[in-house]
Amino acid sequence: MGQKETFGRVLRYIKKYWLYLAASIVMASVTVALTLYFPILTGRVIDLVIGAGQVDFGNVFVILRQMAVIAVATGAAQWIMNVCNNKMTYRIVQDIRNDAFRRIEILPLKYIDAHSYGEVVSRVIADVDQFADGLLMGFTQFFTGVITILGTLGFMLSVNVAVTGVVVLVTPLSFFVAGFIAKKTFTMFHLQSETRGEQTALIEEMVGNQKVVQAFSHEDEALAEFDEINGRLQGCSLRAIFFSSLTNPSTRFVNNLVYAGVAVVGAVYAVHGGISVGQLSCFLSYANQYTKPFNEISGVVTELQNALACAARIFALIEEESQTPEPEGAVTLKDVEGRVELSHVDFSYVPDKKLITDLNLAVKPGQRVAIVGPTGCGKTTVINLLMRFYDVDKGKICVDGADIREVTRRSLRENYGMVLQETWLKSGTIRDNIVMGRPDATEEEVIAAAKASHAHSFIKRLSKGYDTVIGEDGGSLSQGQKQLLCITRVMLCLPPMLILDEATSSIDTRTEIRIQKAFATMMQGRTSFIVAHRLSTIREADVILVMKDGNIIEQGNHETLLGKKGFYAGLYESQFAL
Amino acid sequence: MRKGHTDTMKKLLIYLRDYKKETVFAPLFKMLEATFELFVPLVMAAIIDRGIGQADTGYVLKMGGILVALGLIGLLCSITAQYFAAKAAVGFSTGLKHALFDHIQSLSFTEIDTLGTSTLITRMTSDVNQVQNGVNMVLRLFLRSPFIVFGAMIMAFTIDAKAAMIFVVTIPLLAVVVFGIMALTMPMYKKVQAGLDAVLSTTRENLTGARVIRAFHKEEEETGRFEEKNGFLTHLQLVVGRISALTNPVTYIIINAATILLLYTGAVRVDNGSITQGEVVALVNYMSQILVELIKLANLIITITKALACANRIEAVFEVESSMRWQEAAACADSESGLTAGGGKASGTDARQGNQSGQKAQRDLAVEFDHVHLTYGGAGAESLSDIHIQVPKGQTVGIIGGTGSGKSSLVNMIPRFYDATAGTVRVDGRDVKLYGMEELREKIGIVLQKAVLFRGTIRDNLRWGKGDATDEELWEALRLAQAKEFVETKEGRLDAFVAQEGRNLSGGQRQRLTIARALVAKPEILILDDSASALDYATDAALRRALKELPGETTVFIVSQRASSIQHADQIIVLEDGEMAGIGTHEELLAECEVYQEIYYSQRQT
Repeated sequence: MGQKETFGRVLRYIKKYWLYLAASIVMASVTVALTLYFPILTGRVIDLVIGAGQVDFGNVFVILRQMAVIAVATGAAQWIMNVCNNKMTYRIVQDIRNDAFRRIEILPLKYIDAHSYGEVVSRVIADVDQFADGLLMGFTQFFTGVITILGTLGFMLSVNVAVTGVVVLVTPLSFFVAGFIAKKTFTMFHLQSETRGEQTALIEEMVGNQKVVQAFSHEDEALAEFDEINGRLQGCSLRAIFFSSLTNPSTRFVNNLVYAGVAVVGAVYAVHGGISVGQLSCFLSYANQYTKPFNEISGVVTELQNALACAARIFALIEEESQTPEPEGAVTLKDVEGRVELSHVDFSYVPDKKLITDLNLAVKPGQRVAIVGPTGCGKTTVINLLMRFYDVDKGKICVDGADIREVTRRSLRENYGMVLQETWLKSGTIRDNIVMGRPDATEEEVIAAAKASHAHSFIKRLSKGYDTVIGEDGGSLSQGQKQLLCITRVMLCLPPMLILDEATSSIDTRTEIRIQKAFATMMQGRTSFIVAHRLSTIREADVILVMKDGNIIEQGNHETLLGKKGFYAGLYESQFAL
Repeated sequence: MRKGHTDTMKKLLIYLRDYKKETVFAPLFKMLEATFELFVPLVMAAIIDRGIGQADTGYVLKMGGILVALGLIGLLCSITAQYFAAKAAVGFSTGLKHALFDHIQSLSFTEIDTLGTSTLITRMTSDVNQVQNGVNMVLRLFLRSPFIVFGAMIMAFTIDAKAAMIFVVTIPLLAVVVFGIMALTMPMYKKVQAGLDAVLSTTRENLTGARVIRAFHKEEEETGRFEEKNGFLTHLQLVVGRISALTNPVTYIIINAATILLLYTGAVRVDNGSITQGEVVALVNYMSQILVELIKLANLIITITKALACANRIEAVFEVESSMRWQEAAACADSESGLTAGGGKASGTDARQGNQSGQKAQRDLAVEFDHVHLTYGGAGAESLSDIHIQVPKGQTVGIIGGTGSGKSSLVNMIPRFYDATAGTVRVDGRDVKLYGMEELREKIGIVLQKAVLFRGTIRDNLRWGKGDATDEELWEALRLAQAKEFVETKEGRLDAFVAQEGRNLSGGQRQRLTIARALVAKPEILILDDSASALDYATDAALRRALKELPGETTVFIVSQRASSIQHADQIIVLEDGEMAGIGTHEELLAECEVYQEIYYSQRQT
């Protein structure tokens, strides 16, 4: 996305708040004009105060009164401008974040799987924040800066051309100096951030695995290693910070030169009667004011560029292609029997790396389908397709005869109960998590479900039972406990079809056997798909799909597959050979 | 609230102690620079009164030269100040990070569990950087700005005492406004940060849980939840923004009102001949110098606010003290036997035997749990209740039980990762609390559930157990851990590169290397905490055979969910819900212990 395009998109967000923008620009102009007018009035007063007995009090009072009005008006205009800018910026940020979030909810899982969570989160949080800062700074400083420069130039020219010349000629020096320093310090900053990255990696490793460090009494060595990097970082940080901090004094020095130049040239003019003392004092305050926005604007330009870069990243997310929208008149699946057919299904995550080719499968209502095979053979992919987390490339999947692309996602997923190997819990209470599929469940139903999944006994022992608040991603619960909760969640809503993807991988065998019993009752009359490593849990399936490299290489029940003495038989024996 | 901040700062500021010179010189040179800046209006007044008044162009040029010279000296002072400030700030953060790292390493597992490692990492990195930034800015500007403000006032006094009184009134008024707004907004900014955190965690949650959220079609509900949080954040930002937007206009009005008063007073004083026209210009210039400094100060305050918030978070880590006290030097082994169980209820014959056995017998025990109870900080129920075990030297002990039954908790108490809430854990007949930390942990090699390696070579990692181990020792450990074969196939063998956390190795390879790492140290007590879970049955069996080769005195603890892994142990401890459901050999347990039978048959049935 080009900068222009991004900027256009930013404008679209601003459009909604054009009134605030207009008000802000008007107020900025008013503020600047009045701010610039103030020194002129000061100069006029000074010119009326020439010496003992030579003070024109009448006119002094008139001007002072004007000044008072202007000061108050400036303050008011400035405040209105600030408030408008704030409102505009934060509302725009709110809109962008909402849009980004809404997009996340409808992004295809392909996108979510392919991007690290941290990256997406940092777009929604850090990038938007940076963008807001840039926008706010842009609004407040860019406009006022530009108007101030133009206004000052105009006022100065109207008073005296030669003195204005001094200001205009010397000021660019400060740009030059600032640019020079920035270029020279770039490599130093680069080294600093590299070393800092190295240190962060070490911290992550050592603090993140503090238990191992302590188990081996490795603290001293870790600290020594840390100190070595810390020492290097100290050296390069000092260089980077010191050299970059030369910018301020240097530009201030240039400002002082401008000031001295104005003083001398102005005074010489004044000696020859070219300008009055009051005008000179006015010039001096302009000389201070004129260079300041230049320094600010150069900062704002970098900031704005940065903000645009951030905006581009956010817009890239917001404009990411969403999942295929539901077709018009998508059917709502009702009273599902559980007939599932996959016909001639082709699928791959990456176009040139075929995964599933020509997969065919017909599952009768109430059948139990087990999917087995070595890691990476595509077991989980089948689940992804059944739930329509991914769409097939070719062929179709039907539930009760209806192509799942023609039914609403909601009704399709509502009819599946899913327990995945990767347990996920949301922050909230234990109860919140259990009732996800059925928010209206009664307390009795919740407890019954928890008992069925053998989660009740550990929940009971938590400090607040079902009302215990668990942090993000389950917080302090063990992997097995989290898995039990996920199972409870499904036990509570009992949909007509089940998907169990390594649902008991983190649970000890004894509990697993109990849960399997519960599963067995649950699966009664329900079409179910089970992925598992442990062959013992799959033996009772009606159909076993043996997958290898994305293909179903064998299909049948336990006995027939063992009889074939093929891949399945090999797998089965390898597990029990010691 | 403000007091809290100053206290925090004070505690952290001790890390500036090695940079006393820099800490003093940086603001000093800044003040020097400011002093030269304060002379400028006086020079200007001279140009107006003498140069212009007496039409003396030579004098004007001379004074112009002085202005340039003042600027130059100011530049030199300022550069010196920047250098000292940078040096002090960077040195400060270096020292702070060192202390923080050291402190975190001194925390016991209990504190690490409660704090969470991810917060510790952000505090050590981004928070420290913010504070460094704050210190740097404070050294550079925080003294300069008030100095200019008060300096301008003093200079005004040198010109005219009566006009200077306006400065005396204006400055406190400005201080009230600036600090008042700051005090008002500071706690609000903290709320904004919390609001942002809420938005962040909702976003994160919706990414990590995309499948579940979609499976339960919660998209709309989640969007609603997000928009509510986002709206609240915006609301907070607007409220705080409206207040802080007052700072500039209000100070502007105050300063200009003061200027107007100054002009009026100046006019009166000039009229009666007390001061000159140039001096009025100088007074006005001083007032505008104050305005410029105030704008800088306002920006600085934001940096400082952030730095203080971060300093608070860092200080909070320092305030967490390790709940464990270690003996400085090793205490005498014999002085202890009186210190037995506080909370244990006598249960069965084991207890009586334990108490009656003489010291000699006790010393033959590698590990002893004497009616031990354990409750984790913040947990409702006990994780271990009344654990009573005696393990003679050289035995192999199997520990088995369901998820959350307390297996890991039990073995974690041997190297004293957690302290018993009641009861005593003894190693070699001595209370673990009477050991020095290194003394105790050198005896014990523990392989934790989560197999973690560190960035470096395989050799670096293995030497964690013993810093000066020879290659022969390393290979021997690898052989025992069934890792020799795959290490031999790696390019560079012992010098093969291991990525952060061992990410470039498979789970099974990592587990075997962590076992080898523990074996290199030739520990007296070896603990394997479910460390063979990623190994296939055959390798697991080979590993157990290899462990039998360990010197006879080595006591081995094997925690597992697989009955086959512990079946041949000398003693098997069966845990259920933190209690001992059985103890004995495989045959004994199979005959008597119902829980063990269930576990065993659940894994046997084929």
